[in-house]
Amino acid sequence: MNHKQIAKFITLIENEPERARQVLKDLPRKTCPVIGFTGSPGVGKSTLIDQVIARLRSMNKTVAVVAVDPSSPFSQGAFLGDRVRMKKHFLDEGVFIRSMASRGALGGLNESIYDVVELLEAAGFDYVLVETVGVGQAEVEVRYVADVVVLVLSPGFGDEMQLLKAGVMEIADIYVVNKSDLAGNDSLYDQLIGFLTFAGRDVSSVVKTSALNGSGVEELVDKMTTLWKTLVETGRLKQLRRERSRHHAETLARRTLQKYLSLVDSEDPYKAVESALRSMCERLKNGQGGGT
Amino acid sequence: MKKYRILIAKPGLDGHDRGAKVVAHALRDAGFEVIYTGLRQTPEQIVKTAIQEDVDLIGLSILSGAHLQLSKKVIELMKKEGIASIPVFVGGIIPPDDVPKLLEIGVARVFGPGTPLSKIVQEVREVLEGVASTSES
Repeated sequence: MNHKQIAKFITLIENEPERARQVLKDLPRKTCPVIGFTGSPGVGKSTLIDQVIARLRSMNKTVAVVAVDPSSPFSQGAFLGDRVRMKKHFLDEGVFIRSMASRGALGGLNESIYDVVELLEAAGFDYVLVETVGVGQAEVEVRYVADVVVLVLSPGFGDEMQLLKAGVMEIADIYVVNKSDLAGNDSLYDQLIGFLTFAGRDVSSVVKTSALNGSGVEELVDKMTTLWKTLVETGRLKQLRRERSRHHAETLARRTLQKYLSLVDSEDPYKAVESALRSMCERLKNGQGGGT
Repeated sequence: MKKYRILIAKPGLDGHDRGAKVVAHALRDAGFEVIYTGLRQTPEQIVKTAIQEDVDLIGLSILSGAHLQLSKKVIELMKKEGIASIPVFVGGIIPPDDVPKLLEIGVARVFGPGTPLSKIVQEVREVLEGVASTSES
């Protein structure tokens, strides 16, 4: 598959998932490390990914990036600006970058992400990097999409209270203290070590980076790669991929039910769901397929 | 359900992207998905981005005076890559005498200073819907 075919395919997945599935199921199944990058807006996720791409390319690895930015709840439009940070890779044939709008999904990604990641793996990339929208505290879907989750933090993030909160802080395999060229990174680093020690977690999962000058990026890529190898060797990857399918199925189920629900005219929410389920069962019984 | 994707790009060396951002913002508010790639892009980078992002329209913002050369190069490369069916709009400081020249090169619309945003949004919509209906028939 060349870049143009991959790009057209992603559009099909986003706009006509049922048709895309027909093509996707005939593609060879391949597996590569899928690395998720998440964190608050402005912590440097895109710039860090730019550096990670450079490092992976120096190791002769091909890289696909999917970068998600939010869709407007009012106009459904979107301003997708993550590419701005990755300019130096635009002409590299070994790098494919795609911007995606979240299109109403609330978990920090886009409903099509599961199929898109599967496509990029099938296309034979050595690494797939997934960047979430700038998240707050509770957008954790990247946990189910990626094998290894990198949480990017930067000085000014908040005090120790923020580290203790459930949600995004819990889902990371690697914690990055980015902008290590700025003041305040030491205290964030120390607090993070303290927090992880307290939680009985591995403190070696913390890396200091500066996406600006590239320091720490080599260490980050080493950690990502080592972690993924461990997942393969311990059989944990298989389990993660099963969980991924499960969450993909939940996404499809939600979308299907929403479709039926949109056709129901009832003010009672419980009755509305019931009649949506009824009409879906009816359609399935008649052998027409539920339609996702 | 088709969602239109638009690339707003700044080719060449001028360092002013306020106009490009204002247009991108207006298109976002009109419901389009806008991919913005920032300052100082080469025609090669713009065309590669258009391919990977599978956009439906390209908007070039040029204030440097090199609009004829840059637009020509972008459109030539688009032909070479087989994506010449994507409409190209140009906005910026364009002398009126150059407008017919740009149209002749293959640019679909040209917007000079003072163009109301509503006009840009409307013409984007018209051109995209025109392209969609010809490709379906």
